[in-house]
Amino acid sequence: MRGYVLKKVGWSIGTLLFVVVFNFFLFRLLPGDPIGLYTRGRNMSPDQLIRLRQQLNRPIGEQFITYLSNPFASTINSTRFNRPVWEIIGERVWPTVLLVGTAVLVAALAGVWLGIRSGWRRGSRFDRVTTGTTNTLYAMPEFWVGMMLIMWLPFFPSGGINSVGVTGFLPTVVDTAWHLVLPVTALAIVYLAEYTSIMRASLVDELRQDYLTLARAKGLREDLVRRRHAVPNALLPTMTLIFLNLGFVIGGAITVEYVFSWPGLGLLTAEALRGPDIPLLQAVFLLFSLGVIVFTLLADLLYAVLDPRVSTQ
Amino acid sequence: MSLLELRDLSVTYAGDVPAVRGVSLSVAPGEVLGVAGESGCGKSTITNAVLRLLPKSATVGGSVLLDGEDVHGMSFGRLRAVRWATASIVFQGALHSLNAVRTIGRQIAEPILLHEPKTSRKAADLRVGELLEQVGLPARRARDYPHQLSGGQRQRVMIALALACRPRLVIADEPTTALDVMVQAQVLQLLSGLVKDLGLALVLISHDLSVLGTTCDRVAVMYAGKVVEEGPASVVFDDSRHPYSGALAGAFPRVGDPRFRYAPAGLAGDPPYPGDLPAGCPFHPRCPVAFDRCSEAEVELLDVGAGRRAACLRAGEAS
Repeated sequence: MRGYVLKKVGWSIGTLLFVVVFNFFLFRLLPGDPIGLYTRGRNMSPDQLIRLRQQLNRPIGEQFITYLSNPFASTINSTRFNRPVWEIIGERVWPTVLLVGTAVLVAALAGVWLGIRSGWRRGSRFDRVTTGTTNTLYAMPEFWVGMMLIMWLPFFPSGGINSVGVTGFLPTVVDTAWHLVLPVTALAIVYLAEYTSIMRASLVDELRQDYLTLARAKGLREDLVRRRHAVPNALLPTMTLIFLNLGFVIGGAITVEYVFSWPGLGLLTAEALRGPDIPLLQAVFLLFSLGVIVFTLLADLLYAVLDPRVSTQ
Repeated sequence: MSLLELRDLSVTYAGDVPAVRGVSLSVAPGEVLGVAGESGCGKSTITNAVLRLLPKSATVGGSVLLDGEDVHGMSFGRLRAVRWATASIVFQGALHSLNAVRTIGRQIAEPILLHEPKTSRKAADLRVGELLEQVGLPARRARDYPHQLSGGQRQRVMIALALACRPRLVIADEPTTALDVMVQAQVLQLLSGLVKDLGLALVLISHDLSVLGTTCDRVAVMYAGKVVEEGPASVVFDDSRHPYSGALAGAFPRVGDPRFRYAPAGLAGDPPYPGDLPAGCPFHPRCPVAFDRCSEAEVELLDVGAGRRAACLRAGEAS
C-alpha cells in the first residue's frame, strides 16, 4: 500500500512539473503585445511605451528561471484588472467550486441511482426511457440548456450569485441556493448521462458473474444480491469517473458560468481570453491543471481503498 | 428415504437447446453419488436446477424433490429458506464465484447470519474460523480477500462456505479441478470424512473418473443430457455396460494395469451440440460397437442386473 501511494504521488509530482514548464512556454507562443493591452485606452507617449517595454525585455531564459522559482507567485498583476492574479483567482474559485461541485454531486447521485435501476433490469421500460432521455440530454450543449431553462423557468434568477440588498448569513445562504438552481440544473442534466451510462454498463458487466449465482444460492433476496454484491463491484469504475470529473470541476463550466453571469473561474477565463490577459490566463491554466492532477491522484488512492486487489499487488 | 430425488428432470435453454433430457437420480443421507461426463453433457445444469438457479428463460420439466418437497413448486420465500440451509453447492471456478471486494470471512458468515438470524456477529466469526480450520486453513485467513489465496486455498474456502449452514446435501461441481494431486486428495478425503461424520448426502460432479472411483458409492455417467449408465462405482468403470462409460474409463489409464499398457484409449470426435442431437442413440456416431439399429430410436435405461442400469442395445452382452 505504501509503495503504491508513493508511486502515485511521484507520478503526480512529475506531471505537475511538466505542466509548469509547458504552461510557461505555451503563453510565450501566444500573439499579442502585453504592453499594448496594459496601456489600452490610456494616452501614452511613445517614450513611455518604450520604457515600459524595456522592463519586459529580459532574455527568455531569465524569465523562465524567475517564473520557475515560484510559479504561484502572487506578485504578478493581471493586465485587465491590474491586481495580483492569484488574489483575483482566490475570489473566483469558490463560486465555481460551489456551482460545479453541486452539479457533479447531483448528477453523480442521480446517475448512479438511475444506472443501477436500469442496468439491473436491462431492457425494461424504465431502462429504455432512462437511456433514451439521458442520451438526448447529453447531446445538448450546456449553454443552450441554460438559455432554455432561463426562458422556461422565469421565476428563478437568470444570473449572478446573490441578489442586491440581501444581508445576514442565513438569508444569503438561501439566496445563493436560489441562484444556484438553474445553473446547477443545466450542468447536472447534461452530465447525468455520463454517470448513468457508466454505472449501467458496469452493472450489466457484473450481472453474468458467478459470484452473483453464489449469492442467490446462499438464499439472499434479490435486493441484497444487488446491494451487497453487484453494486459494490460495479461502483469501482464509476467512482473513478466521478473523481476524474471533479478534477475538471474548476475549469469545466465556462459556458454555463457565462450564460448565468456566475462570478466563477469559468467567467473569469472568458474575460481573460478577451484581452488576452496573459498573466491571468497562465495562472488559471495552471490551477486547472493542478485540479486535474490532484483529483486524478485522489481517484487512484480511492480506488486502492475500495478495491483490495489494487493495493496488495 | 432419499434426500434428493430427480424425477425425469429436463432442462431446455432458450433457443430450444435441451441440456438435460429426462434424468432420474437419487441420493440418500450418508451416500456419495458421482456424476461423470464430458463438458456440455448437462452436469452443471443439474446442479443449478437443484437450487433453481437456472436463467429465467430455461424451461424445466419433471421434478426436483429435496427432502420430498418439489423445489420448482416452492414459493420464493420457501426457496430462499431452503437454499444453502438444506442444500449447498461447491461451485466450480472459485476465483469467479467469490466476491472480489469482500473478505472471505464475511462471505462465509453471510449465509450463517442470513439463515440463523439469532447468531451474533461474534458467534458467526467463531464459526467461520472453525469452518476454515475444518478445511485446513488457519482461522486468521478469514480477513483475507479472495485474490490473496492460492487456487487450492480458494477451492477449500468454497467447501467451507458450502458447509456454513450445516446443510444435509452438498453438491460439489468439479471441486478438485485445477488442484494439484496432493491438494485434490486432501479435499476428497475431507469431503468423504464429512459424509461419514455428519451423514451428509454428497453429489460429486467430475469428469475425472479416478476421483469418482475412489470416493463414490454410486456413479451415473451422463452423455448428451441423459444418464447412459448408473450403478455401483466399482463396477461401472471396471465392467461397464455402455461403450461410453467404457471409453471414459479407458481414457484414464491406471498405472500397473496391463490393459492400459499399449494403446492409450481415447474417444474420437466431440460430444454433440445439445441443440442438434443425432437421431437414435446420441452416442452412435462415436460408438465403436454401433450397428444399424442404433440410429433408429433412442435407447432407454434398462436394468442390467446387480443394481445397474444402462442405456445401450448391447448392454446385455458381456464386454
